[in-house]
Amino acid sequence: MNFVIADRSRSRYKRLLWFTLITLAFSTAVSNAGPSDEKRISIYSSAANYSLPVHEHEGKDYVGLLEMLEPLGRVSAKSTGKQWKLFYDEVPCEFTTDKREVRVGGNDLNLPANFLLENGRGLVSLSSLSTLLPRILGGPVTFNEAARRLFIGNVAVHFTAEVIKTTPPKLIMHFTSPVNPTIATEPGKLRMEFTHEAVVPPGSRLLTFQSDVIPSANFEEMNGAAELVVNSKVPVMATFSNDGRTITVAPPPTVATENKATPPSPRTMTPMPAAPNPVTAVPAVVHFFAVVDAGHGGDERGAALTDQLAEKDVTLAIARSLRQELTSRGLTTMMLRDADITLTADQRASLANSAGASIYISVHASSQGHGVRLYTSLLPSSKGNRGPFLDWNTAQAQFLQVSQAAEEGIAEALKSANIPVRSLSAPLRPLNNVATAAVAVEVAPPANDVTQLGSPTYQQSIATAVATGVVNVRDKLKVAKP
Amino acid sequence: MIPRHLMIAVLVMILVALVMGLYVWRMPQRASVHPTAANTQPLAPPASGPTETVTLYVAYDDSGSLHARAASIPLPGGRQARAEDLLRALLNIYLDKSSPHPLGEGSEIRAVYLVDPGLAVIDVNAAFANLHRSGVLVEELTVTSLIETLSANLQGITRVKILVDGNQRDTLAGHVDLTNDFDVPAVSQLAAQLQNVP
Repeated sequence: MNFVIADRSRSRYKRLLWFTLITLAFSTAVSNAGPSDEKRISIYSSAANYSLPVHEHEGKDYVGLLEMLEPLGRVSAKSTGKQWKLFYDEVPCEFTTDKREVRVGGNDLNLPANFLLENGRGLVSLSSLSTLLPRILGGPVTFNEAARRLFIGNVAVHFTAEVIKTTPPKLIMHFTSPVNPTIATEPGKLRMEFTHEAVVPPGSRLLTFQSDVIPSANFEEMNGAAELVVNSKVPVMATFSNDGRTITVAPPPTVATENKATPPSPRTMTPMPAAPNPVTAVPAVVHFFAVVDAGHGGDERGAALTDQLAEKDVTLAIARSLRQELTSRGLTTMMLRDADITLTADQRASLANSAGASIYISVHASSQGHGVRLYTSLLPSSKGNRGPFLDWNTAQAQFLQVSQAAEEGIAEALKSANIPVRSLSAPLRPLNNVATAAVAVEVAPPANDVTQLGSPTYQQSIATAVATGVVNVRDKLKVAKP
Repeated sequence: MIPRHLMIAVLVMILVALVMGLYVWRMPQRASVHPTAANTQPLAPPASGPTETVTLYVAYDDSGSLHARAASIPLPGGRQARAEDLLRALLNIYLDKSSPHPLGEGSEIRAVYLVDPGLAVIDVNAAFANLHRSGVLVEELTVTSLIETLSANLQGITRVKILVDGNQRDTLAGHVDLTNDFDVPAVSQLAAQLQNVP
């Protein structure tokens, strides 16, 4: 009998132990899952990079406007009844709860979703940010709504990736600004998560390398972060150099010497190296050689190439490919528009001029004709320069010769690639406002099949030829740059 | 003692000065009223009359080119009316069923104003711009065709401004810039490029 009691007691202890263990495991899982499942938006600006929580209201994502603007400038807000007034650096903004109509700097504006006031806190929908923020901040804003990543001004960090065929092979990535990603490894993959860096995708989200050891890498953006996943056949590790601007991914020495696949290791966090090991010398100051400008965008769709194909989407795809082609040839490249946003001709010209680049390339697409048409500026009648100040409308005048040289170089490369090409001048803004070599590329279908404009293969062939042409004339462009 | 006739003369002079002052003060108001009463409708082209041979620069979409084409059209005497009729003759080609460079239905030249020195202002209607096809080449073919036709047949035009419904517009259909005056010699060079079909 005693034996039975003892057995029951042991069984009770056992059940209690299991219950405690399961409860602990569940609470740990919940506490770990909580923050990672929370929706967040990341904001990248020259003032600060930060992230904010996103709140759901009636199926729409909202964010606090005051919290968003606070790190960017002087901001104050006051709510009276249904009204909410906000001042950002002398720009007055008036909002009314449950209304789409807002007033920013004296101008009326319609938001895509209602403004909300919650305990005196003003909330705007994420879909409203592309419309609202350029008006408040007075500058271009690029918002990837699907990934919840917001870029204020030209803060995007671009990168190039190349596998060096040494023994063992190394994947070397150069970033235009220092980066500090969280790195994790798992069998066959090395993950780099960029939460505080405005890293943007290269031309293609899938990067392929001619390497058996490191065959490819994928770029993904989600929940306010970017992730670069390097696929490898052997375990690899990442090292940093050049003040965090260069990341080298390579097999560790033991794997390299053995040169064989080791059993997959469990997913582990790799600590950041304390003392970076220099790999290659890259200039500390980033100078953009080229500015690539995808025509149209946002509210401005450009030409309707087909029922489904808008010019703004084709220009963006070609511009991204062109950036990748230029950077892979060692030419640092900035894209003025890397998402579906509206930029005026004046904004494009101002951004291009402030980048101090050696060449500006505007990308357009057309369903008329075939092949590629290259344009340099047809200058309007001038009021003349005043001393050191260039007339805005004819700022291109003293760069027209070098623009034509660039146009010739690109035309030659297109001809070599058997792509029909025609060179013309055109009264096309902002070419006449750009104070560097400036060329517009209008891409027409290869034959009469306009749907080919959306073909990545065709777009890539154009981008490759244009990049080759730019490389061929790079010395002329550098000489021409003051 | 001031003589009586001198006092009368001074009073008459003061009265005349007051009347003249009142007239001068009222004059600007009258001047500002008159123009609103004027008829701003463009004059209708002559239905018939002696014809003249002119050169029209016609755009062709299939080759993306511009070609000079001689045409005999009746033209009125005044420079401004001639400019309007020239461009309307060009538009008739583009609005025809067999047009080599179709424009939107209802496209019209509202008026052409010749402003000294050397500036011509072409005012097209909203349909002309709103229904125009979008693209760098297709838009510049239209603009070059208009400007080259005008400058080739009317002496002394050095700059051209294009308005839409009397207002400035950023672009014709998303590409060609309409905010600036076109420099006629530069457009003539472009016309030469467009006549040179690859």
